[in-house]
Order: sequence, then C-alpha cells, then structure tokens
Amino acid sequence: MGSAAIRVENLSKTYGHGDSAVRALKRASLEVQPGEVVGLLGASGSGKTTLLQCIGAIIDPSGGRIRLDGKTVYDNGWKTTDRRALRRDHIGFIFQRPYLVPFLDALENVALLPMLQGRSDAKARRRALELLTRLGIADRATMRIEQLSGGQQQRVAIARALANRPPVILADEPTAPLDSHRALSVMSLLYEVARDFGTAIIVVTHDENIIPLFQRLYRLRDGVLREEAGEGRPIFPETRGV
Amino acid sequence: MINLAYRDIADGFGRYLATALGLGLLIGVTLTMAGVFRGMVDDGKALLRASRADIWVVQQDTLGPFAEPSSLPDEMRRGLLALPGVARAGNVAYLTMEVSDQGRSVRILLAGYEPGAGGGPEYLVAGRPILRPHYELVADERTGFALGDRIHIKRHDYTVVGLTRGLRSPAGDPVVFLPLKDAQQIQFLKDNDAIFREKRRLAGNPLFNPPSNPALLAAIEANQFANHRVNAVLVRVLPGYDAHAVAAEIERWLRLTAYTDEQMTTILIGQLIAMASRQIGLFLAILTLVSTAIIALTIYSMTQTKLKEIAVLKLIGTPNRLIAGMILQEALGLGFIGFIVGKLAVTYWAPLFPKHIVMLPCDTLSAAGVTLVICVLASLAGIRGALRVPPASAIGG
Ligand SMILES: Nc1ncnc2c1ncn2[C@@H]1O[C@H](COP(=O)(O)OP(=O)(O)O)[C@@H](O)[C@H]1O
Ligand SMILES: [Mg+2]
Repeated sequence: MGSAAIRVENLSKTYGHGDSAVRALKRASLEVQPGEVVGLLGASGSGKTTLLQCIGAIIDPSGGRIRLDGKTVYDNGWKTTDRRALRRDHIGFIFQRPYLVPFLDALENVALLPMLQGRSDAKARRRALELLTRLGIADRATMRIEQLSGGQQQRVAIARALANRPPVILADEPTAPLDSHRALSVMSLLYEVARDFGTAIIVVTHDENIIPLFQRLYRLRDGVLREEAGEGRPIFPETRGV
Repeated sequence: MINLAYRDIADGFGRYLATALGLGLLIGVTLTMAGVFRGMVDDGKALLRASRADIWVVQQDTLGPFAEPSSLPDEMRRGLLALPGVARAGNVAYLTMEVSDQGRSVRILLAGYEPGAGGGPEYLVAGRPILRPHYELVADERTGFALGDRIHIKRHDYTVVGLTRGLRSPAGDPVVFLPLKDAQQIQFLKDNDAIFREKRRLAGNPLFNPPSNPALLAAIEANQFANHRVNAVLVRVLPGYDAHAVAAEIERWLRLTAYTDEQMTTILIGQLIAMASRQIGLFLAILTLVSTAIIALTIYSMTQTKLKEIAVLKLIGTPNRLIAGMILQEALGLGFIGFIVGKLAVTYWAPLFPKHIVMLPCDTLSAAGVTLVICVLASLAGIRGALRVPPASAIGG
C-alpha cells in the first residue's frame, strides 16, 4: 500500500563493531496505516527501543528503508537534510522516561514545540493548556518539572508529543509510570488522536491491560520482527476521559 | 518564543548569581590592580602637576629632589630671577616624616614653599591657604587631619588651616604644605635635647663665647640654628620663552641642574616608580590572564553541565540557532553582571586602600571589552560542545 503512514523495510541496526557488535535489529519490516494504533511487544533487550528510535530519526539505522507519509526519509542513509525538523514536524515521540526540559514549566514544555514551528506564543500556550487539560494536569501547568510526580511528568511528555499534531506518534512504554486507570485513559486519548487526526501510532508495551486493545501487534524476538493478530478489544466508555 | 536563556537563568538564579558575583569579584580585583598601577603613575605626577613649575632647578648632577637628594642655597633664587625668561622662582624644601595626630601616626611629605612664589597647593577643598609666616599647615585630606587640628612636628605645634585632595608624594604619602622657613627649620633642627647640648657646647667654648663679646655667641647661634638650604627651586618662564632654552641657560650660568617639567616627569616615572610599576604591571598581566582563564572555564563548564538538557532540546527539534543563542546570552549575562559587580566592588573598596587607586575610563572600557571578548570566546567553545552532543545522548543512560 502506497499510502502507509509508516513503512519500514528490511531495517537493520548494529551497535558497535567487530567482536563487540550487537545486532539489535535484523531486517525488520513493518507498516502502519494512518489512524491505526499498533502494539509492539518483546522481551527486554529484543530491540523495541532501537526500532522506535530508528523510525524516529533519533539514531542511525545500519541499513534498510524508512518511508513516512509516502516520503522516503531513510534508504541506506538519511534522505532528509534536517532530521531535527523531521522530528519536530512529523514525529511525536513518547520516551520511556519523560525527558522534559527542567528549566521550563509544564505548560512551556508542551508549548515550546508549536512555538518552534513558528506558531504565536498565545496560540502555542492555548494548545498546550488544552492538551494538559485532556491529560488531567491543567492545574500543574505552571509548576516546575521537579515538583511533578513521575506519572504527571510522563503525561506532560505525552502532551508534548501530541502538541504539533504529528502524523506519526512513537510511544516507548508510555504507560509504564502510570497506574492502570491512567494508563487506560492515556491509551484512550491516543486512540482518539488516531481517529481524529489520522495519526499512525506505534505503542511499545508490556502492560497486560493494554495489550488486548490492539487490533494489530508486532513482536520482536532478538531483533527479528513478526506480525501477530491482536484482540482489538474496544476501550470501555467508562475508562475514557480523566 | 520562550527565551530559553532567561528561563534557564531564572530556574537556577541563585547559582547563576553566585557565579556572576564570583566572577565580579575577580574582575574587581583585576580592575583594582589596574587602578593601583595607574595610581602609582598618577601619584608620581600629582605633586609635579600641583607645583606647576616649568623648570625644576636642583643641585648640580643630581636627579633631585625626589629621586635623589638635592640641596642648594636658598639665595640661588635671586640669581635665577636675574636670568632672562624667568618669570618666577620659588624655593621648595621637601622632607618625609612620620607625625602623629590624636594618637594616630601618619607618614607625610612636608612641602615647604614660599606663598606667592610657587610650589604650593593648586586649590583647596576646605579652609584657606597659608597666610601667616609660621606654624600653619595645608594638609591633604588623606592624612586624616581636620581643619583646626593642631599637629606637633619637632618643636612646634602647627594648625591645619586648609585641606587639599589627591596630593601625594611620588612615594604615595599625602602631602602637607607649610611655610618654607618652617620646613627648613624642621629639616635642620634636631630635637630639643640635641639643641640644648649643641648650645651648651657652643657656650662652653671660649672661642665662640668670649666674655668680652656676648653678641658673638648669638650670631653664631643664629647661623648654626638657621638653615639656608632648599631642595629645589621651581621656575616659571615668561610667555614666549622656551623652557628647554631657559633650563640650558640656568645650567650654564649657575652651575646647577635644571629639568623641564616633562624631564622631571620622565625622571619620576622612569627612575623612581619604574621598578614598582613594572612589578605591578607584571602582576596585573598575570592576574588578567588568570581571570580570563577562570571566566572562560566557568562559562565553558556552565554549558558542559547543561549538555543533557541541550540534548533534550535537540531531541524535540530545537534548532541550533536557539541553542547557541541561549548559551551566548547566558555567557554575556554572566559577563555583564560580573562586570557591574566588579566595577561596583572597586568603587566601594578603593577608598579603603592606603594607596591611591585611579580608575581611568579607558581602563574600565577596555576591561569591559576584554570581558565581552572572553565571554563570547568561551561561549563559542561551549556552543561547539553543545552542537556536537548527539540528541540520542539525552535518552542514553
Ligand atoms: N547504545 C547502545 N549501544 C550498544 N548496544 C545497545 C545500545 N542500545 C541498545 N543496545 C543493545 O541492543 C539491544 C536492543 O536494545 P533495546 O532496543 O533497548 O531493547 P528493548 O527496548 O527491547 O529493551 C540490546 O541487546 C541492547 O543491549
Ligand atoms: Mg526499551
């Protein structure tokens, strides 16, 4: 299908050289359609983070091809000159840990992205507040990052990933620091974003409560990627919203 | 757009301010050292400037009266006045001594001059000039003397009638003016006991004290206990005369050495304070170098401690331009606050120094320039490091 939002072909990644080389990804291929939310499973060290960071233009793959929105961004070498702009405009990344900018408050951490895209301060802040409200932390908007709990920080990071309404969201265990109720509501938000904006989303998870939600799953085993059918259980209405 | 530098500074303002204060004190010390250096040179010239002499006439073949002892008879003045081109000639006598005022001991330069003939203070900041022929002082305010203070020097009490500002000897001691005759007497007289012994010795000698002629002893005493020597004669030349030519005439006819004012300045700067100023100059150079290194390192390590945050900023797509701008602004802020603090520090602590500290605007300006250059260079090094940090390093480890 030519219209896939994410299309990865034979992607390889080897860390290091010679004897100490680690083949973290072995010719992985995957495809995610716009508006689709897929799960990525695998034991620790199987290469999930590596795959996400390659797609997210954070680390360099060793070979293969990546197409985002029908545009080839990597083909045995980066085809885009400004990977930072690619990250900013096309990819929302939710890391395993929040990685917020400590000297900005919660709202500014989110608003910075639309501002970097050239939106007005007022508009960027309005959008950031909207997202924080949906994530249930609007009352923490002007707080220093270090005053927020781990779960609150992670929700700020999620809001930041959504702030530029990117066509692709890569979430690396986004619900790990959250309790099961919050985890479900974050997943419900991701589904809403996928439905409303046609965003393609990959979610890495271990969470037994979340795995049944995916219609489609990928599993990594020692760098080898396989597709599996998921249960595709709908999220119950009472878990939606916060 | 959010100003990243401002937000970062505000977030850790205490530490930032403490760093800036530290740099400020360092800049302050460097500025002070420059001020001490300038002060030495300025002190060297202060008395010359105030004396407003075109020519300094001193004992033959000496560098007097400050760099070498010089002594010449006071009647030379009359000979000088007879020379063509000489408008005014004034005898001066200088001596450095320690006097005490209300239990406090002060080292001063006593400058004896003839009011009206030159060599006196240029202007006063308080009181009046010396009007009586004896026992009056015009003191520099650095002595700590106040108007009306009575200062005991050798055998007499002197009253402080006027105050000057910024008048120091080339050695840095505050200058105290007094009538020439008093200065000559102080220079010549020993303490009372010595005089008493001398007088007794004279009186006991029948040659000097013949019973037939009591006036002889009085005449001898008058000659013995009066001093007719001075250290220099200050000459002003008539308009239209060249000081160099007049000085040459003086040397030719009176067998004295005559320096023009600018030669005298050269002697003072060159001979008297050259060693001290070279010492301080070298110290200043080293201090500047050390300050430069510390400021540069501080700014550089400030960015090094922020590499993680910078990697996060890159990760989410912040362009290099904004990151570089943040580092540069923070460095300039540090330099700016540091410089202000340094300047204020010097202004506040300069009066506490016993030596004169002169802050020339050009020194302050060049210090500001050097600080600016250091900040920019150090932040360039920091920016280089920041731009090289891979975004992935934010999430590694
Ligand atoms: N920066 C790195 N340098 C070397 N090896 C790495 C690096 N990052 C990950 N690896 C290795 O690659 C493999 C996959 O790691 P990762 O993608 O983090 O797995 P997962 O996210 O599934 O736990 C592991 O064997 C890990 O040790
Ligand atoms: Mg991982």
